[in-house]
Amino acid sequence: MPVFDLTATPLREFNQALHDVKSGANDTAFEVVNPRGHHSVAVGIDAPVVVDVRGSVGYYCAGMNDGGTVTVHGSAGPGVAENMMSGTVVIEGDASQYAGATGRGGLLVIKGNAASRCGISMKGIDIVVHGSIGHMSAFMAQSGNLVVLGDAGEALGDSLYEARLFVRGSVKSLGADCIEKEMRPEHIEVLSGLLEKAGVTDVKPEEFKRYGSARKLYTFNIDNADAY
Amino acid sequence: MSYHNPPTPPRKSATFDDATMAEIRRAAATGIYDIRGGGTKRKVPHFDDLLFLGASISRYPLEGYRERCETSVTLGTRFAKKPIHLKIPITIAGMSFGALSGNAKEALGRGATLAGTSTTTGDGGMTDEERGHSQSLVYQYLPSRYGMNPKDLRRADAIEVVVGQGAKPGGGGMLLGQKISPRVAKMRNLPEGIDQRSACRHPDWTGPDDLEIKINELREITDWEKPIYVKVGGARPYYDTALAVKSGADVVVLDGMQGGTAATQDVFIENVGMPTLACIRPAVQALQDLGMHREVQLIVSGGIRSGADVAKALALGADAVAIGTAALVAIGDNDPKWEEEYRKLGSTAGAYDDWHEGKDPAGITTQDPELAQRLDPVLAGRRLANYLKVMTLEAQTIARACGKNHLHNLEPEDLCALTMEAAAMAQVPLAGTSWYPGKGSF
Ligand SMILES: Cc1cc2nc3c(=O)[nH]c(=O)nc-3n(C[C@H](O)[C@H](O)[C@H](O)COP(=O)(O)O)c2cc1C
Repeated sequence: MPVFDLTATPLREFNQALHDVKSGANDTAFEVVNPRGHHSVAVGIDAPVVVDVRGSVGYYCAGMNDGGTVTVHGSAGPGVAENMMSGTVVIEGDASQYAGATGRGGLLVIKGNAASRCGISMKGIDIVVHGSIGHMSAFMAQSGNLVVLGDAGEALGDSLYEARLFVRGSVKSLGADCIEKEMRPEHIEVLSGLLEKAGVTDVKPEEFKRYGSARKLYTFNIDNADAY
Repeated sequence: MSYHNPPTPPRKSATFDDATMAEIRRAAATGIYDIRGGGTKRKVPHFDDLLFLGASISRYPLEGYRERCETSVTLGTRFAKKPIHLKIPITIAGMSFGALSGNAKEALGRGATLAGTSTTTGDGGMTDEERGHSQSLVYQYLPSRYGMNPKDLRRADAIEVVVGQGAKPGGGGMLLGQKISPRVAKMRNLPEGIDQRSACRHPDWTGPDDLEIKINELREITDWEKPIYVKVGGARPYYDTALAVKSGADVVVLDGMQGGTAATQDVFIENVGMPTLACIRPAVQALQDLGMHREVQLIVSGGIRSGADVAKALALGADAVAIGTAALVAIGDNDPKWEEEYRKLGSTAGAYDDWHEGKDPAGITTQDPELAQRLDPVLAGRRLANYLKVMTLEAQTIARACGKNHLHNLEPEDLCALTMEAAAMAQVPLAGTSWYPGKGSF
């Protein structure tokens, strides 16, 4: 397995090596040591590669991932797995702001906490946070699922579209047009599948509350003017 | 003694003119601000307020048609492995599929390709049609990230990070339900028929330090091949240009307040942002101060209509221009041949701006398949190419008259201003003087 030491090898070489992997290749496992907060580690993956990053990364780790499995054995800076298309990204530590922003598919698992704007503008990604998330999370979230085992900060799901939010702990406040919704059997099913995929074993889907869009901002209406 | 008041003609207020009063009544009736397409309708200092001096004894002209006047431009020479080479310095600005019909997007791609220039996607993603018909396609990276994906990034010829637009610096987008057809909804991952809002800020970066990291990420994803543009609305052009350069942009796109929009609040279009004329010199100054003029290219847009406008923008220091509204007019927008239908919509050819309603008789700003079918993309593409050629010939005519063998050799020195305002904004002398306001610190 190729090992890239980012104190010795330029990041460009590592990312290029990932991009050079052809579909169907046998050698698809990579290890990164000494990431030391580098930005844009393992971005633009478009093959089923497996990347283990031994340490913490800066901005946009695994950005636009399409099919790769990236594990960060440390914490991640802002925008981890932004605009992910497919694949899996696991952060063993905490994640900074905008985790999973605009993600369109795949699974992002954060074993620690995530800061503000987790899942902002998400478009189909599934995000599971073992800890808590910060304020303005799932702002304008369009689709996909955000699962939070801990608490959510202020203004959760502001201006939400069709994304589903599941929170086990407390929610400091809901954003405009976000409301608590009934947990129906199909939601329990989705949730238990996600918990299983994210390696969560000691928690039951029934412990969560579901939040979604009241759909009141979907058409311009003068009586909602103060919410725009 | 009785006093007889002699009849006087009725006099309307300049402050409360017809349009103002009509807007007050409209607001009172509906309770919602006016949304429309197009650019500012008020008169602001513009390229019309500048003139070229032409050649004389101290400058000799080039022979029209006989002596070459080059028009080509290369964009993205700073960092990109594959810069874009254009035959003419007039590009087609970003306009979304969604705001425009598929046929209109195809026509823009065809016309631009025939004329040897680039076209640009918009807020809504890249369609196969426009990719297929555009030799050079710039892919916009917008706050909404609708349809954003790495495959399209890789098949683009350049990437344009949109920070703002001249029509609405600091504003997000909107596409009203009438235009959210099933295909548009699918591309944007939204429910059909809803009034869609696009964010005004990028979701995963805020200031210039973040932007630098973001640009670096986009370069890493695309293996440093693509030129990266940064588009800003005309707000603080000196600082915006300097910060875009600092963030690693290859190209700065600067869109003045006259710039068109698909749908924005009228109050925004008319009251926020600086006129294109006032934006160019500060942006060029920033590039020069950083030693980056011509190294980082500057594309100017907002109210470009003719070869004279192109020549003036270039003379003030731009490397290229972009056109939106004019391109739509060339392919048939607001054409008097649809007058009867404009009337039915309560408008008239030349004034129709309810582009957000999706009922465009010309089939351009609509998602209605029947209306869209009215636009023949092949013919419309040909018309756009013709228009681009005329603009280029016009600009060359002026450049030759000023003795230049490349459009880029035009200079501020070749210009004078007709008004004090234009002289101040463009920093060229008022006609007949050697002075402009601000020169010599007064
Ligand atoms: C119908 C229409 C749609 C537009 N859509 C976008 C867009 O999606 N993204 C963007 O950056 N600018 C958009 N613009 C602005 C243009 O890119 C460009 O800045 C402007 O049209 C230039 O000014 P002009 O229309 O006077 O030539 C749009 C403009 C129009 C007229």
